Amino acid sequence: MLASRMRSPLGRAIGLGSAKEGVEHWWAQRISAIALVPLSLWFVASVIALAGADIETVQNWVGLPLPAILLVLLLIATFYHLSLGLQVVIEDYVHTELAKLGLVVVVRLLSFGFAVAGIFAVLSIALGSTS
Amino acid sequence: MRSADRPLSPHLQIYRWQLTSVLSILHRATGVALSAGAILLVWWLIAAASGPEAYEGVQDFLGSWIGLLLLFGWTLSLFYHLCNGIRHLVWDTGHALDLKSTYIGGWIVVGATAVLTLVAWIAGIARWIS
Repeated sequence: MLASRMRSPLGRAIGLGSAKEGVEHWWAQRISAIALVPLSLWFVASVIALAGADIETVQNWVGLPLPAILLVLLLIATFYHLSLGLQVVIEDYVHTELAKLGLVVVVRLLSFGFAVAGIFAVLSIALGSTS
Repeated sequence: MRSADRPLSPHLQIYRWQLTSVLSILHRATGVALSAGAILLVWWLIAAASGPEAYEGVQDFLGSWIGLLLLFGWTLSLFYHLCNGIRHLVWDTGHALDLKSTYIGGWIVVGATAVLTLVAWIAGIARWIS
């Protein structure tokens, strides 16, 4: 078999095959992608409708129940999806183990941070605690 | 077989450019670009929550040439990544994986991206003017 000849002696001796943990990542990427299809189309349509609008109009719109809920969902799906995607990009191109691990951690933490900041902004407008 | 004897892919520049590989690279590139665009979304929301002064800052930036160029790039990236993402989801079901279908699907994605981007900008500018 060609496949067995392609494996290095070390790889054959350890015999682990793949990392055995890709399925979870793959599913999460797809599910967030499916969620982002309607959410991003809705968002683009909304931004077009808001083109040139002043802050009061935007705040009134964000404060409506449906836009507020959809914006929070958009933020969650977007930052979840992009943290998974950037992780793959980093794993493909960064070959130093420490730099790779560090970058993946930084991307994950920043994604959480930006998502929470965005959600907080939406909620503070929707729940009326804007300054 | 020693590791050094194993076959390696030639360097990228050996290959002739082709639609399928270009679209694949673009999917990744637009994904990275959209990640930066997501930060703008958060900035816009925070500014809207902060008050008129902060919101005016975002509006001024987005209305500048740089801002409009970035917005156009992000619109293009979003529609491309969206359309090609749907192409990927179709592939995930095991369909349209033959050579001919990958090319047909690829050109559909290119066309849909161009049409959606143009429609969005014409609608946006019409809305802006009115």
